[in-house]
Amino acid sequence: MSAILSVEHVGVRFGGLVAIADLHFDVAQGEIVSLIGPNGAGKTTAFNVMTGFLKPSQGEVRFRGTSLKGLQPHEITRLGLARTFQRTSVFPDDTVFDNVMIGLHRQGAAGAPGIGRAPVLDALLGRAGASERRLRERAEALLDWVGLSARAQEKAGSLAYGEQRLVGVALALATEPAMLLLDEPVSGMNASETRVFVRLIRQIRERGVTLLLVEHDMPMVMEVSDRIVVLNYGRLIAEGPPDRIRTDPAVIEAYLGQGSAARRAAAEAQEAAHA
Amino acid sequence: MDQLIQHLVNTLILGGTYALLGIGLTLIFGIMNVVNFTHGALYTVGAYLMYLAVAALGLNFFLALPVAILGGLLFGAAIEVLLLRPFRGSDIDTTMLVMIGAGIALQSGTLWIFGGVAKAIPSPFPEVPLQVGPVSVSWLRLFVLGAALGLIGLTYALINRTKLGLAMRAAFQDSDTAALMGVNVRLIYTATFALGSSLAAAAGALLGPVYVVFPQMGGLAELKAFAIVILGGLGNVTGAAIGGFILALAEELGAGYVSSGYRDAMGFLIIIAVLLYKPTGLFAKAERIG
Amino acid sequence: MSRLLPLALLGALVALPLALGANPYLLNALIVTGIVTIGAMSLNLLLGFTGQLSLGHIAFFGIGAYVSALTSLGFDVEIGFGLRVVHEPWPAAVGFVLATLAAGACGYLIGRLSFRVRGAYFVIVTISFAEVVRLVALNWVELTQGPLALTNIPAITLGLPGIGAWTLKTKLQNYYLVLAIGTLCYLVIARLVGSRFGRAMRGLKENESLALSVGINATRTLTVAAVVSAAMAGAAGSLYAHYLRIIDPDVFAFTTTVSMVIMVVAGGKGTLMGPVIGGLIFGLLPVALRPVMAPEAQWIVYGVVLILILFVMPRGIVPGVSALLARRRPVRAVPVLEASPVVQR
Repeated sequence: MSAILSVEHVGVRFGGLVAIADLHFDVAQGEIVSLIGPNGAGKTTAFNVMTGFLKPSQGEVRFRGTSLKGLQPHEITRLGLARTFQRTSVFPDDTVFDNVMIGLHRQGAAGAPGIGRAPVLDALLGRAGASERRLRERAEALLDWVGLSARAQEKAGSLAYGEQRLVGVALALATEPAMLLLDEPVSGMNASETRVFVRLIRQIRERGVTLLLVEHDMPMVMEVSDRIVVLNYGRLIAEGPPDRIRTDPAVIEAYLGQGSAARRAAAEAQEAAHA
Repeated sequence: MDQLIQHLVNTLILGGTYALLGIGLTLIFGIMNVVNFTHGALYTVGAYLMYLAVAALGLNFFLALPVAILGGLLFGAAIEVLLLRPFRGSDIDTTMLVMIGAGIALQSGTLWIFGGVAKAIPSPFPEVPLQVGPVSVSWLRLFVLGAALGLIGLTYALINRTKLGLAMRAAFQDSDTAALMGVNVRLIYTATFALGSSLAAAAGALLGPVYVVFPQMGGLAELKAFAIVILGGLGNVTGAAIGGFILALAEELGAGYVSSGYRDAMGFLIIIAVLLYKPTGLFAKAERIG
Repeated sequence: MSRLLPLALLGALVALPLALGANPYLLNALIVTGIVTIGAMSLNLLLGFTGQLSLGHIAFFGIGAYVSALTSLGFDVEIGFGLRVVHEPWPAAVGFVLATLAAGACGYLIGRLSFRVRGAYFVIVTISFAEVVRLVALNWVELTQGPLALTNIPAITLGLPGIGAWTLKTKLQNYYLVLAIGTLCYLVIARLVGSRFGRAMRGLKENESLALSVGINATRTLTVAAVVSAAMAGAAGSLYAHYLRIIDPDVFAFTTTVSMVIMVVAGGKGTLMGPVIGGLIFGLLPVALRPVMAPEAQWIVYGVVLILILFVMPRGIVPGVSALLARRRPVRAVPVLEASPVVQR
C-alpha cells in the first residue's frame, strides 16, 4: 500500500519552546492509525500542522504526493484531507441540518457536479434551486448515515457532547475527504457511546476513507487501530501495530514518567492487552 | 537641514503625548481584550478638566495637571465599574459596542455642556520661545515633552516595580490562571482601565494648552492611538511607546514635505503599511502556545 | 420571522404618503430615514452576518454620494505632471451605477487589506479609512469644492427609450425611489443570506476554524460580503446626493455610522428585518425628540440607549420580540446514539 499522508521531518517551535522536535511517519491508504502520547507530547500541534492551522518551523507534510507547504486550511480540505476538532466541533447557533449544509460548502462550489459557474450570482437570480435541492438531499443522507436524523432540526449547540461529536464527523465527511483526522473523538464519551463511535470509525474506513486519530482512550485506540505512532516531548518514540506498542519499553517508560492520569492510561493499555 | 532638525524636535514633543495615548489604549486592549472607544472621549475630558481647573477655577497650571489626570483616572474607573463589569464574559464585539455608545455619549455630553466653540487654556510659560541655533521651541512644548516622558517612566515603574504591576502582567499573560493564583482580576481590570484612561486624559491635558480645546478633539486622537497600537503590536506597551514617536515623525515629515492637509492621514498609511508587511505589528510578542 | 411581516410593512410604507397627505417635513424625514436604513441594512450584512463591524461605513456612503454627484456635475481637475482630467456631465442614473461600483471597489480593497488578519483590525481600518476619505473631500478643493460643498446636483431621471422620462424632483417621487431601492437591497440580502454564500458567512461567524476546515475560504467570503455591503452603502449615498442636491465633507460624519450601528444592534443584527425596524425607529426618533431636545442631548440619549439595549435585549428587538411570541416547544427525545442505525447494523 502506498502512503497517502507523509509527515516528513516536521518540527514546530514557539519562540524558544520546542513543541515538535522531529516528526517523521507515513499513513498508508486505507489504514486506521492512532497518534498517542502523554499530555503535551505535541499531538494536537501535529494535527494543526497537517491541516494548515500552524506553519511548521521545519520539514513538510505531503498528502497524496502534494506538498502542503504554504497552503491554507481551506485549501488543504479541498485536496481531500479533513479534520474534526477536540472541543468545538459544531456551528452552535445553527440547526444540525444547517450545520451539514454549511459542511457541504465545497459540494456547492462553482464547477462541482450539478453546480453552475457562478453560484453567488445564481443565488441572487434565484437560479440555485436545483443545486440547493441536491445539497439538501445529500445533507439528509449524511445525517441519516451518522444517525442524527432525529436531531436534524435542533440547534447543534444544544446537543449532548457525544452527539456534537457526531455532527463534527458528519461535517468532515460532507467535504468528501480521502482522509480524515479525528482529534480526541471519544474524550468525554461514556463506554457505550465509545463503542458506537468505534463502529462508526470502521464504517468510515469502509467508505474508503483513511483515518488518523489522536486519542487518550487506550482501550479504544488498541481496539480500533491498525498501527500506532507514539510521541513524547515532540519526538517519535515508537511506531507499530497495537500488540507491539503495548509491550514497548520506551512507551511504558514515557507514560510512567508522567502524572497519574497518564499512568492510568498506561495501566488501561496493559489491561486491554490482557483482555 | 535646519527645517529637518525643527521637524525632528517637533516629533519628539508630539511623540511623547502620542506615546501616552498609545500606551493607555494598548494596556486596556492587552489586559482586558476591550477595544476602547472611549479613549478619545477621555482625552477630551482631560483637556476640559485642565481648562476648567486653570481658566474657570484659576488653579495653578502645574497643580491643574495632576487634577486633570486624577479626573481621568476616576472617570475611567467609573466607566469600568458601571459599563464594563456588567458585560464581563461577553465577547469583544459586545464590549466594543458598549464602548462606542459610551464614547458618543461622553463626546456629546462635552458638546452639550461646553458648546462647540474652541477654548484656549492659558499657559504660565513665556511667549518667547527658546532659541537654540536654528531651532526654536516654546517653553510650554518643552514642558509637555518632559511631563510626558515623566509619566511614561512612572507607568513603566508601576508595571515593572509594583505588586499591582506584577498582577497586571499576570492578567495579561492569562487572566484565568492569574485568578487561580489569587490575583483579584476584577480589581486589576478596574485599575487597568483607570490607568489607561488617566494616560489619555494626561495626553489631552498636555496638548490642550498647546492647541485649543473642543469637544470633537478626541475623535482624531483616538484614531491616532489605534494606529499607534497596531504599529506597536496589540497589547505591546513598549511597542506603543515607540509607535507614538514613529507616528509623530510620519506626521511631521508628511505635513512638512507633502501636504499639511493630509497630516492626519499618516496614521492610516501606517496602518496599511503594517497590515501589508507585518500584520502583527513591529514589536510583536512571541506567539503564545495554545 | 414570517414572510408576512416584511410584506405588510412594505404595504404600509407604500400607503403611508397617501395617509400623511402632503406633509413635506415628515416626508423628508421618511426619505432620509429610508436612505440611512439602506445603509444600516448594508452594515448588517457585515456586522450581523459575518460579525465584522465596519465602523467607517459612512466612507462608502460618502464615496457613493461624491462619485454620483461628480459624475452628474462633471469636473475639470489637474492631476499633476501637467495632465488634466476633464469630465462632461453624465446622467444622474449613470452616477448612481458608478457610485455603487466605486463604493464596492473600495469595499474590495479594504476587505482584501484587513481580512488578512482577524480581530479588531477591520474596525480600525474602516474607521481610519473614513477619516482619510473625509480629508480628501475637504482638501481636494479643485475636485470637491472642499467645505464650500458641491451644489446644484441634478435629480435622478428615470426613463425608458420610447416611453418617456421622469425627473424625480418632488419629495413624493424620491420617497418611492428610496422605497424601491430599499426593497431591492432587502431582497438581495435575503437571497444572499439564504444561499450557500450566506451559510459560509454564518459558519465563519459561529466557528471560524471549523468553517475553514470544511473548505470555506474566509478571506474571500468576507471580502465578497464587504464588496456587496459597501456597494449598497454607495447606492444609498448616491440617493442622498441626488435627493439633497448638495453635499459637503460633513457627509462623512462619524455619527451617521453610529446611527447605523444603533439601528442594526437595536433592531437585531443578523436578522433581515432588524435593521429595517431599527432604522425606522431610530431614523424617526429625532423627529419626535426635536421639539424637546437639542441634537447633542439626543446623542447622549442614543449612546445610553445603545448600551441599554446591549444590556437588556442583546440580540435586538426583532429576535427578542419573536422569542417572546414563540411558544417554546419541549424537545428531548431518545438519546440519538442508542437509536443510531450504526448500532443496529
